[in-house]
Amino acid sequence: VIRKADLLVLGAGPAGCHAALAGAEAGLDVVLLDEQDTAGGQGWRAPLAGLGMARKGADALAGDAMRQRLARSGIECRFGRRVWSVGGRFRLDAMGPDGAEAFEAERLIAATGAHERVVPFPGWTLPGVIGLAGATVLLKAQAVLPGKRVVVAGAGPLLFAVAAGIIAKGGEVAAIADMDGRLAWMKRLPGLARRLDLLREGLGWSLSILGARVPLLAGHGIRRALGENQLETVVIGPVDGAGAPVGGAERTFDCDALAIGHGLVPGGEAPKILRAAHVFDRQRGGWVPTRDAYGRCSIAGLYACGDGAGIAGARPSAAAGTLAGLAAAHDAGRLNQASFAALAEPAIQQLSAYRPFAAAVTEAMALRGAQVAAIPPETVVCRCEDVTRAEIDAAVDAGATDINQMKHFTRCGMGPCQGRMCGDIAAELVAQRRGVGREAVGFWTQRVPLRPVALDQLLGRFDYADIPIPPPAPL
Amino acid sequence: MTAWRATKAVTRPAFVTFDVDGQAMTAPDGEPLSTALAAAGLLGLRHSPRNGAPRGAFCHMGVCQECVVTVDGRTVQACLTPVRAGLAVRLGGAIP
Repeated sequence: VIRKADLLVLGAGPAGCHAALAGAEAGLDVVLLDEQDTAGGQGWRAPLAGLGMARKGADALAGDAMRQRLARSGIECRFGRRVWSVGGRFRLDAMGPDGAEAFEAERLIAATGAHERVVPFPGWTLPGVIGLAGATVLLKAQAVLPGKRVVVAGAGPLLFAVAAGIIAKGGEVAAIADMDGRLAWMKRLPGLARRLDLLREGLGWSLSILGARVPLLAGHGIRRALGENQLETVVIGPVDGAGAPVGGAERTFDCDALAIGHGLVPGGEAPKILRAAHVFDRQRGGWVPTRDAYGRCSIAGLYACGDGAGIAGARPSAAAGTLAGLAAAHDAGRLNQASFAALAEPAIQQLSAYRPFAAAVTEAMALRGAQVAAIPPETVVCRCEDVTRAEIDAAVDAGATDINQMKHFTRCGMGPCQGRMCGDIAAELVAQRRGVGREAVGFWTQRVPLRPVALDQLLGRFDYADIPIPPPAPL
Repeated sequence: MTAWRATKAVTRPAFVTFDVDGQAMTAPDGEPLSTALAAAGLLGLRHSPRNGAPRGAFCHMGVCQECVVTVDGRTVQACLTPVRAGLAVRLGGAIP
């Protein structure tokens, strides 16, 4: 049975929920799908059921308000669904708790969010090394601390959010290593000051970090992580503004967890598999679908919004979601030009108000080329297939010109994560080795299944006798 | 490492018992299995197929596939699998 709707929304984070709400309020029959069991995405993720926490942060409250609106909306929410195929104009195939499901609509809004970028370093595959965003999930949704003694490292504001979160819950932060020097943050201050509420939140983190007397190493990066079967020690050294290691004393910290992240990568698999036009935008995380101001992609009926269409943050994503939902309703003939313009205006205002703040934050989270250039040859880049930097370089030297050829030569990106963890770094390595821009080396060709699915679940239960036999072709 | 559950102003669902490679283990009902294993000090969940290097939960949000284990005979991502009473978990070798 195929569930037919007016609009399918893939991803129930801030962007997808607001898109679904705007579409439904304009009268569209909307189905909203997500892999998680509740709406919120990663940033506005709901705490685990039954988990009580005395104090809720701004993100949790924003998420709660959104979930309440959604519950009142009458939108058909299909959560706990793993969407493994996107095709046609438009069809989604999902695996849910009750088996396989299919959905069709003339309009599709892709709001699939982002995943974390970690630039490889020796030892990053050791158990105990986790993503910064993953640490945020543990702290905010589960009230769990990643270790007894945690080093927090990488780039961007998440560093301070995680460190402050650990301190607030009574944990120990061994050190913070921020790739940015203090000067870089000073330069961003005018942009950050455009959102005083968020700047104040950031200052609160800084004060709690100062209060806990945590060593804050500005302009430092992780050189290597060491341990036998799991993480035991990290070595930290100075880096320049572009991310390259520079001379100066290295410092060693014993720890049982390292939370590390270097920004976010848009996970826009739906526009990619539908072969919509894309453009490379380093500031916004990498390859993003080309869109108009409302989120319309190059394919009629396809819209993209939120971090999956270019890193912007939760609040701008919510506004962009509203615009995409309104555009879908307008294009479906449910909103005339005047009411479309009137409803869109507040979201357009919000987006432009957030822009300077978002630009300051995404600058800190953009990939730093010199950091990638400094990855040592024997370091594993593709975790799934254990492919090293030296092997990627060798493939380019042997004639691989783009990222897909390099994949065929090496198996880099061919494992179960389907190249999500290594893709951005691998493409940067190929481009640097060839001495060309990222546009020239492309991105992985997206194919189904988008996520691993078990074939027996996909097929369901059936008897051999039930398999329909088509009539034979006439002789 | 040992991940640990904050206690300051936090209430949790009741602990339930499940099985990990023949050992009884407890964790709050509904907690992601990857978290429950980390809190029990079980960080290495499998070995990488080519180098045989130890691996454990990395992204904690369903992307990296590093925390894949076998639960009740099925290959699953531990970070997307809630702990329930009576789960039979096997570590190692879920991805050959």
